[in-house]
Amino acid sequence: MSDGGANNGVSYAIDARGLTKIYDGRAVVDHVDIQVPRGKIYGFLGPNGSGKTTSIRLLCGLLTPDDGTGSCLGMDLRTHAAQIKRRVGYMTQRFSLWDDLSIRENLQFVTEMYGLDRPRERAQDALKALGLAERAEQLAGQLSGGWKQRLSLAACTIHNPDLLLLDEPTAGVDPKARREFWDEIHRLAASGLTVLVSTHYMDEAERCHEIIYMAYGKIVARGSVDDVIGHAGLSTWALYARDLNALRRELEKDPAVSTLASFGESLHVSGTDAKALEAALKGYETQPGFAAERIATSLEDVFIHYMAGVKDNFA
Amino acid sequence: MTQEGKKIREGFSLRRAYALMKKEFIQLKRDKMTLRMIVMIPIIQILLFGYALNNDPKHLPTAVLAQDHSVFARSFVAGLVNTDYFAVTREPKSAAAAQRLLREGQVQFVVTIPENFGRDIVRGQKPQALIEADATDPTAISGPIAAAQGVFSTAFARDFTGPLAYLKGRQGSLSVEVHRMYNPEGFTRYNILPGLMGIILTMTGIMMTAMAITRERERGTMENLLSMPVRPLEVMIGKIMPYVLIGYIQAAIIVFLGEALFGVPVIGSLVLLSAVLVVFIACNLALGYLLSASAQNQTQAIQMSIMVLMPSILLSGFLFPFRGMPHWAQDIGSFLPATYFIRISRGILLKGDGFMDIWQNFWPLLAFMVVITVIATKRYRQTLD
Ligand SMILES: Nc1ncnc2c1ncn2[C@@H]1O[C@H](COP(=O)(O)OP(=O)(O)OP(=O)(O)O)[C@@H](O)[C@H]1O
Ligand SMILES: [Mg+2]
Repeated sequence: MSDGGANNGVSYAIDARGLTKIYDGRAVVDHVDIQVPRGKIYGFLGPNGSGKTTSIRLLCGLLTPDDGTGSCLGMDLRTHAAQIKRRVGYMTQRFSLWDDLSIRENLQFVTEMYGLDRPRERAQDALKALGLAERAEQLAGQLSGGWKQRLSLAACTIHNPDLLLLDEPTAGVDPKARREFWDEIHRLAASGLTVLVSTHYMDEAERCHEIIYMAYGKIVARGSVDDVIGHAGLSTWALYARDLNALRRELEKDPAVSTLASFGESLHVSGTDAKALEAALKGYETQPGFAAERIATSLEDVFIHYMAGVKDNFA
Repeated sequence: MTQEGKKIREGFSLRRAYALMKKEFIQLKRDKMTLRMIVMIPIIQILLFGYALNNDPKHLPTAVLAQDHSVFARSFVAGLVNTDYFAVTREPKSAAAAQRLLREGQVQFVVTIPENFGRDIVRGQKPQALIEADATDPTAISGPIAAAQGVFSTAFARDFTGPLAYLKGRQGSLSVEVHRMYNPEGFTRYNILPGLMGIILTMTGIMMTAMAITRERERGTMENLLSMPVRPLEVMIGKIMPYVLIGYIQAAIIVFLGEALFGVPVIGSLVLLSAVLVVFIACNLALGYLLSASAQNQTQAIQMSIMVLMPSILLSGFLFPFRGMPHWAQDIGSFLPATYFIRISRGILLKGDGFMDIWQNFWPLLAFMVVITVIATKRYRQTLD
């Protein structure tokens, strides 16, 4: 077993090319290339139904690809699914531990499934680390949503995997727990673990080394957050006016504007053509209380811009 | 981390199978409703079928073919009715009509009073009457026939007075003809009980395993299970073992209640029966496991289980004598494990059959078990596709 796919001197934990999954004649994941170097944290973003979960399932051998090739930790996806499973930790989007087992029983069961020694001690250690030692005998189904997520994370890392595939692990988790979660992810990555994590939170995207943005089954953008923002070539302005709603209605019709978002006191507009947008904004200066201020484009602006663009391509 | 990797075992792991089994037991333990059903199903079924175990049925439908209309003939029939065993429901006009009634199961007995019945009595010749019985249920007819023999000594008491007093004490005779052709296997009422064992084990075995697996799929826990390095055979063993125990519990309830409440005898070896049980239970569990591969949810699992259960009830020889069924039905029945198990359990419990006696029905069960298990593990999908 080699120690991972190597390419241009970079060792990849995930190296998949042309991955495709077809449901009912529709390519839900459409010739997707995903490369994640070892020890890195990659964020997987995209609107609902874009194919993130399906891609992750393809990567951990839960689905058979209809096309494409790939390897995880240097092992072929199609032929070595069983070996890959031993070294990958997968956290499902939907809570998938056993509701009618206690927290301890769940952790111990997972430990035993990976064939690890001392399952009792390991489960106990995980319980302590989680801070759930006192509630160990409570049924997992009775936990709150956030605690379920934290238990799932503990369960999928209990066998010290080399690759973590996390599908929206922090959905419904409170800010403090989220921060702890990300600190933990970074600590694990520092020790060599590779992480692919899907999320809808922009602040989490910024905590990743790189992000992959997917829409309608295709990868639309990838790279570091700054790269992705830079490549989008958007210029963004914050606008102020006495009647923001009226201004918004006008701007919606303006061809120079590609995305619009209301932010309380202000309106953020972005456009791909900086000059055209600036010129267009000049036309609104007569509006009462109008003010315009050039601001940095955010990741969210970029994503919304992409979503609109891809939709046009598909229409 | 690589050290960790080395500790992970390759191939089939008994420990993993054991852990899966433990998990199933814990889940079962917490499912109080299912636990109750496991015990209640055999109890309720036995009580429901209990009436059929009633071993001394009365007022059985009888056709009287009277070719003689003397007072003696009428006395004889009245005597039969007075035994409480016979209820004259038909009076066919010809022997052919009487045979048809018997064949169609409309009557249990045909009593034929020959011509000259009265004349023979008066002449001091021994009177003859014929009773033909449907032997579909031999235990049901033994009581009535014995009682009918006695009728000759009592029925004519009133008639043998005055000038006929000299006839007193002369025993008439009854010739009895039991038509075995309707039941060459000697199907008895007791047969219900070992049969019920086969049916209940089929029902709970198939349904419970099919549900145990589709439940994982429905709740989304299957995705988790499949993402871990678990082998199909391990899952199968882990899922099936708890239900083997349950099958034994149910079988024990049936044998115990059958004996305690209805006096159904246990003639053969319970050890031999236990050995057969393990194979039969495994057959059903593997079948349930196989069905679950195609079921998306628990409702579908139940519906598919019923598709196996219905023929097992109707075509296995549980309700109707197997050899009496049309050939196509026998052919279907030959592909049901219950058919073979019911024969074996009847043989052991009611006739005291030994291993050599049951072998011809035991090897098909073994074959079923192997074939179904192999197909089930092959069909088990290790992906979510
Ligand atoms: N088993 C399936 N059968 C048919 N279609 C499916 C199946 N699973 C997913 N899909 C479709 O594939 C598409 C992608 O789904 P997927 O779950 O991968 O999206 P996602 O990016 O994870 O979305 P979300 O952010 O909402 O979790 C959706 O349109 C979905 O309807
Ligand atoms: Mg998803």
